[in-house]
Amino acid sequence: MTAFGYRLPAMSSLLVWGLLWEIIGQLHLTFFVPPLSQVIITLVEIIGTPAFLKALRETAIAFLSGVAASVLIGIPVGILMGKNRLIDEILLPWVNIFLSAPLTALVPVLMVLFGFGMTSIIITTTLFAIWIIILNSRAGVLQINRSLVEMARSFGASPLDAFFKIYVWAALPEILGGVRIGVIRAVKGVIIGQLLISIVGFGALFELYSSNFLMGHFWAVLLVLFGMAFAISEFLGYLERRVAYYAASR
Amino acid sequence: MSQTDAATAPSSGPAPDSAVSVRNVSKNYGPVEALKNLSLEFPRGELTSLLGPSGCGKTTLLKIIAGLLQPSAGEIVIDGNTVTAPGPDRAFVFQDFALLPWASVIRNVAFGLELRGVARSEREAIAEKYIANVGLSGFENSYPHQLSGGMRQRVGLARALSVDAQVLLLDEPFSAVDEQNRRKFQEDLLELVRNENKTFIFVTHSIEEAVYVSDQIAILLPRPSRVSEIIRPSGFRNKGIENIRRDPEYLDIVDEIWASLRSYAE
Repeated sequence: MTAFGYRLPAMSSLLVWGLLWEIIGQLHLTFFVPPLSQVIITLVEIIGTPAFLKALRETAIAFLSGVAASVLIGIPVGILMGKNRLIDEILLPWVNIFLSAPLTALVPVLMVLFGFGMTSIIITTTLFAIWIIILNSRAGVLQINRSLVEMARSFGASPLDAFFKIYVWAALPEILGGVRIGVIRAVKGVIIGQLLISIVGFGALFELYSSNFLMGHFWAVLLVLFGMAFAISEFLGYLERRVAYYAASR
Repeated sequence: MSQTDAATAPSSGPAPDSAVSVRNVSKNYGPVEALKNLSLEFPRGELTSLLGPSGCGKTTLLKIIAGLLQPSAGEIVIDGNTVTAPGPDRAFVFQDFALLPWASVIRNVAFGLELRGVARSEREAIAEKYIANVGLSGFENSYPHQLSGGMRQRVGLARALSVDAQVLLLDEPFSAVDEQNRRKFQEDLLELVRNENKTFIFVTHSIEEAVYVSDQIAILLPRPSRVSEIIRPSGFRNKGIENIRRDPEYLDIVDEIWASLRSYAE
């Protein structure tokens, strides 16, 4: 973007909003919004503390497990749904229901079923991420050029060959799009899970900070989470662009 | 080899040595009869065209021969064996090329061999030879979207040749290729038929193309689908490719076919 003939750096809008935050904070309008500079100082202070590192580790484990489960289950299920009419008819209504369902309401049920620990959080994360991955993989397979499939068959591809050498690749742009949205939803899932269970990870930290009115700490942790979610999403967006060259010409 | 074959072959009728026999094949899609009791012989080492108006079932027949579709009745016999599924004895060239857009030219050409489990160095050596054969040397590491339509179909042809199948099935291979490239392709195809000693089955809707490249033309008519006529252009085949299009026999056959097909044009 250019303004007044100058080329602005990529993050300039973030800078403007950061500046606005700082000004509002410095005006001391509300204790709820401390100045950005103070948040960043707090961030640097707490980032090495054992409590933060423990929360980060727990969150990372829950997040990565949930995403891994969503990807490893979601992509094959979606591809099977795209390939097989019967499986599709059986599963599609459920996928659609769960995609739009208010999953937060399910978390207490999960807590009863799986206890107040990691398992529930991992399952919550998976439930948030998996449905869009399934739907996108399915959509990816449905648009595969029929003659690519016939080509593989006519040259003697086994079903496994066809799956790994044709379906996965031909649907890859859609699959990656689904994974990117799924991962963003997984960030939501892992935090919501932790907040509701609130004795592990960042959920515990949020609980601690907000009940003690440590708003600087609260915002610092939030900034870290936003930053991580944004970085992961950008990375997947980059992967998507890598395969975009053939997305149009399948 | 053909002499010993002829000596030991059981004398089952006067038919010439045919690589592919289609025997009483029918294909129904629900109540719709796509093919009805169709029989046809494809002589070994020759190019046979399936020519007809759209909807006459020529692509359906080709896919049944390929094993991609199952006939409702009848059988396909290749070298004495009834076939019901795709096999290494046949290779298919697709109308829309069917290349892997994420794979380079060399991987695309070697893909048939890759599926057969041929080692990488070996299959790439074979692929390279056929890439050169179809005139694409230097494009080994290009991707399909960087090539023109004609070049993409050359990749499809090289892929079919590299698996060394005895029967090549070509489904309107030049219909998505521009006119000049198509003519060049047709000349190259004649060269291939002469040199490769394979059996070619060629689906086309172009009368001129069929007469130009074929040893035998099977004219298919729709409703119900049947072989209405088999024409064997022979007189101009050895007069050189540049003379074919003004040979009187070529022109006569084109006219004759048009006369029998014109009532089916919309």
